[in-house]
Amino acid sequence: MATREVKPPDHWVDPATGEYRVIAPGQTFRSITEKIARIVLTPHTPMGWFGLFTVAGGGTMMLMVALTWLFLKGVGIWAVSQPVAWGFAIIEFVWWIGIGHAGTLISAILLLFKQSWRNSISRFAEAMTIFAVMCAALFPMIHVGRPWVAYWVFPLPFTMTVWPQFRSPLMWDVFAVSTYATISVVFWYIGMVPDFGTFRDKAESKIAQYFYGILSVGWRGSARHWMRYETASLLLAGLATPLVLSVHTVISFDFAVAVLPGWHTTIFPPYFVAGAIYSGFAMVLTLAIPLRKFYHLESLVTERHMDNMGKLMLVTGFIVGYGYGMEAFMAWYSADHWEAFTFWNRAFGPMGWSYWCLITCNLAIPLTTLWSRKLRTNIAFMFVLSIVVNTGMYLERFVIIVTSLTRDFLPSAWGTYRATKWDYMTFVGTLGFFTFMFLLFVRFLPMIPMNEIRMLLPGAKIKPKAAVGAGD
Amino acid sequence: MPAREGTYGLLAEFETPGDLVRAARKAHDDGWRRLECYTPYPVEEAAEAIGFHRNKVPLITLIGGLLGGAAMFAMETWISVLAYPTNFAGRPTYSWPAFIVPAYEWTILWAGLSAGFGMLALNGLPALYHPLFNAPNFRDGATTDKFFLCLEALDPKFELAESKEYLETMGPVSVVEVEY
Repeated sequence: MATREVKPPDHWVDPATGEYRVIAPGQTFRSITEKIARIVLTPHTPMGWFGLFTVAGGGTMMLMVALTWLFLKGVGIWAVSQPVAWGFAIIEFVWWIGIGHAGTLISAILLLFKQSWRNSISRFAEAMTIFAVMCAALFPMIHVGRPWVAYWVFPLPFTMTVWPQFRSPLMWDVFAVSTYATISVVFWYIGMVPDFGTFRDKAESKIAQYFYGILSVGWRGSARHWMRYETASLLLAGLATPLVLSVHTVISFDFAVAVLPGWHTTIFPPYFVAGAIYSGFAMVLTLAIPLRKFYHLESLVTERHMDNMGKLMLVTGFIVGYGYGMEAFMAWYSADHWEAFTFWNRAFGPMGWSYWCLITCNLAIPLTTLWSRKLRTNIAFMFVLSIVVNTGMYLERFVIIVTSLTRDFLPSAWGTYRATKWDYMTFVGTLGFFTFMFLLFVRFLPMIPMNEIRMLLPGAKIKPKAAVGAGD
Repeated sequence: MPAREGTYGLLAEFETPGDLVRAARKAHDDGWRRLECYTPYPVEEAAEAIGFHRNKVPLITLIGGLLGGAAMFAMETWISVLAYPTNFAGRPTYSWPAFIVPAYEWTILWAGLSAGFGMLALNGLPALYHPLFNAPNFRDGATTDKFFLCLEALDPKFELAESKEYLETMGPVSVVEVEY
């Protein structure tokens, strides 16, 4: 079979070295520092930011209203009941935490694989992780019905001398998610310390100097410090990698350990992790595309980033597709009556629409179009696609949770599920809260890691002695 | 304790990382030991040049991780076997395979916290004040695009006028004296 050589576009290749270029040419240490620091240190916040902040603030207020009513009335205001006891709250918990996974993948796994193109997008992908985990962690807490005793999930000594039960995957979740949140924050903060140093030195107002001065913990860029810093970053990346894989694995155990048909499958852990990364990359694109446009960062977040993220989505999308295929196969191969019925019910039952929407959003559209580099580097297309995949991944969790629960073993116990306005308000509210936090992040923190971008510049290469000449 | 007055050292500014590394290597070869490079991004060669090859962060991380994992496993065992034994479908109270998951998470948690905070502690941070911030050109680019070599006054070879001349021979942009 003849193979066609696929040539990258000319402007992607550096003519001097023949290597792929990650960021646009013509940048210097000072120019990229100015570009990134100006976004934060400017006294003039763009009006667009205020506009969006108001909308996101409104969303956050809606979340507060929904939560207040929930605390007053109890979880009865949601559609959760028998047989669907896990409704929107758990769907959103799984969806949000899945989104976080791409941030860790970009910041940790791609660091270990020396994918230097990740440098431009790693910081805001990590920020996305943290805010997504915040939204996710909210749901189990409010779903238990008595959020004021949510601390009972932790093994704390208190007067009742009651202790948690460590044989339950729900308990494992507590440790997986709390560790994930803590390590993500530490990794994120440690990564920002040198950039805070830059802000401290660049800031003109006294308040900004104090603020970033304290955050920078006195970072001065000593070579010994940098070496320990690099070691710690690599170790944190090495630790975050098994961590991120374990988090969605543990979440999939919440389902897989139960005996319910449609949940009780061994394919769940890898399929959940791949799905998490798939939706996470979609969210990175949803955030990165407007950001680079709004803040004119096209020279740092380039077409090549879109292209690479598109490829990663293609890979994870296929793993997810394999997961769907395996579920269908096992429904037949297991020869289990209940398992086969659950699959039939998912695809052709009263909620079959959600299954086919999911197949369209997660498989049919992305896995056919992402092969084309033209489409992968088409910014408008990628933005639309990212929304499609995010919707698809939401539907996936909806299908897994709701269709499996509506019809289990006894037909007399069958029911249906119809989300209430409070369910929708809580979901839209978390979207608002997420955007709210993200806007604060882009305004006050370095959204692109300046110290890592500097390493990508041609000036950062140490020329060998011979090239400098024997004269010195 | 070093004296906290007088001269901290001499700070030479270089334009490129290559110049800095060559100067640092030469100074180290000439017997300087109390010297330090300052760069706006990690320059591995600079640390190598001043003879800094190993650090203790991995060891601290390993110890932290092992302690975290052991602590969680011990706590689970104590809670499930002694403090609050419960019978779930006749499963043994000491269900060690189920205990692995939280112990695994705590291994990562404590290893990660040890790596992050251990690194800061070994670096002597937070340290909001440092004599170098007094140098006129340091804050104008040490974290942006300038490369510095500092010969510290604590080095036995340090002698203000001579050392300044010595640094001048390496082709720096400038050499300034830094006060405590």
